[in-house]
Amino acid sequence: MTGNPWQDDRGNKDRSITKSSGAGGSGDPVRHRTMGSGAPRVTDGPFLIGDNMTGGYGSGADILHGCTLAVDPGQIAVIVGPNGAGKSTAMKAVFGMLNVRSGAVRLEGEDITHLTPQDRVAKGMAFVPQTHNIFTSMTVEENLEMGAFLRRDDIGKTIAQVYDLFPILGDKRRQPAGELSGGQRQQVAVGRALMTKPRVLMLDEPTAGVSPIVMDELFDRIIEVARTGISILMVEQNARQALEIADRGYVLVQGSNAFTGTGEELLSNPDVRASFLGG
Amino acid sequence: MDLLNALVVLANFVLIPATSYGAQLALGALGVTLIYGILRFSNFAHGDTMAFGAMVTILFTWLFQGWGISFGPLPTALLALPFGIAGTALLLLGTDRAVYRFYREQKAAPVILVIVSMGVMFIMNGLVRFIIGPDDQQFADGERFIITAREFKTMTGLDEALSIRTSQGITIVTAVIVVAFLFWFLNRTRTGKSMRAYSDNEDLALLSGINPERVVTITWLIVAALATIAGTLYGLDKSFKPFTYFQLLLPIFASAIVGGLGSPVGAIAGGFLIAYSEVMVTYAFRKVLDYLLPWYEPEGLVQLLSTDYKFAVSFSILVIVLLFKPTGLFKGKSV
Repeated sequence: MTGNPWQDDRGNKDRSITKSSGAGGSGDPVRHRTMGSGAPRVTDGPFLIGDNMTGGYGSGADILHGCTLAVDPGQIAVIVGPNGAGKSTAMKAVFGMLNVRSGAVRLEGEDITHLTPQDRVAKGMAFVPQTHNIFTSMTVEENLEMGAFLRRDDIGKTIAQVYDLFPILGDKRRQPAGELSGGQRQQVAVGRALMTKPRVLMLDEPTAGVSPIVMDELFDRIIEVARTGISILMVEQNARQALEIADRGYVLVQGSNAFTGTGEELLSNPDVRASFLGG
Repeated sequence: MDLLNALVVLANFVLIPATSYGAQLALGALGVTLIYGILRFSNFAHGDTMAFGAMVTILFTWLFQGWGISFGPLPTALLALPFGIAGTALLLLGTDRAVYRFYREQKAAPVILVIVSMGVMFIMNGLVRFIIGPDDQQFADGERFIITAREFKTMTGLDEALSIRTSQGITIVTAVIVVAFLFWFLNRTRTGKSMRAYSDNEDLALLSGINPERVVTITWLIVAALATIAGTLYGLDKSFKPFTYFQLLLPIFASAIVGGLGSPVGAIAGGFLIAYSEVMVTYAFRKVLDYLLPWYEPEGLVQLLSTDYKFAVSFSILVIVLLFKPTGLFKGKSV
């Protein structure tokens, strides 16, 4: 991928997760635009916003072109769009997994554009990758414990909350997560992410590869999570169902915002219906 | 009575030696399998790490013997063991800092790390010979036997004798303690679980806030302890000669691969499987058969292979497993 002769193929095949330098391309003059001691602190903006982001992976071509995503506490924001529109890329940009060459990411008004993904986890953001998002050889409970690795306080209460949310995980707490069904694995993945008690939960196609019934149930659970005050930003292939539960929808085309609005607005917009929802 | 005699002969020449040899292999294979699971390469330097650990332990043993310190009926080497582990840990952490870390930062492919570890192997090999020399070293002291042949005969009145050497007893007891501690650590402690998480999915471990360098350091520390204990026990049981440790690499890798690379349970099972196969295939069964089947008078010694060919046994098992079950008996990773 990077032409590195030592390249390995371990982990979840997404090198950007472990990006150590934080967002911002090396040697890019734009990157320090908003930095410095007087980094602006916007107080009246949305809770989390990826503002006018332009950028791509490593030093590669730009994939995002002035893309904006925002979500408020307790809201569900859904990113939809055709294949290759940069949906996942846009969300990864918000999580600091690629170089944002211009634009900014702000959490509660604080500029976090240059934090590494790991630092953003400590700031209260949680990310569920699309694949390889659980520890398959470990039990369900151990997966949750590992999700809370950064926490030093008592995690028993949070584990109980996750089991309340996903009762099936409580029943299978001693089973290796790799032996569960696809839908249950996604529940483990979401549960693991919730263990840090995040304020923002980011989901990359949580319903990929699960049956329609399981999908509906997962969406119900996601709504429940949002009701506890957690902001949810997710990428979805199943655009119609996702927009039905969305407070905010973003239709991306070729790395920029094509349509933005509430889920209902987008669902009733004739252009959106014609081009993305099949009429 | 014949049946008992046959059993005693078998226990004396096969079961007990193979069990202690198996325990030594299992400890060695555990180190190999941990490195494979967490650092993701086959560490060819492991045999020589064992030699280095045993060497440091021997040097401290001699020092203690010179001071007149002894451990009663137990070998002084057990007292020197913690110092041997500390010395080996320093060597391994130094090697990691100087060599492996660079390749880890490049996310090097496992095959490159294997070649790197071979280079490390040659250096450690030379280091051990340079310090202690290539010859046999005796360092066992204390009581030699738990039960001698004579005691056993007077105790039981049997014609055949069973003797258990102190080194064999110590090997088995130590192995049980070490393995129990290792499994407790990996399955019950936060740090151990984070090591398993890192081994399972490195990127997700990072997202969960697990510090990879800490995991790697702890892995090397555990490997240093396992290698030193295995090397010292082997040296106590047989004798210490650097070259035999290099040769041990084959049965150790065979054990780890037969059990399934990356699986600690597999490493232990593999160690005993290889040890029993090696000892049984190269043991002359004539005496046992004389007791069991008195009417059958075999012409030879009823020995399948000469002991010179014992490495052929682990090699054959290795090849068979790789051909038919490359992930090993306990669902490890395929090589």
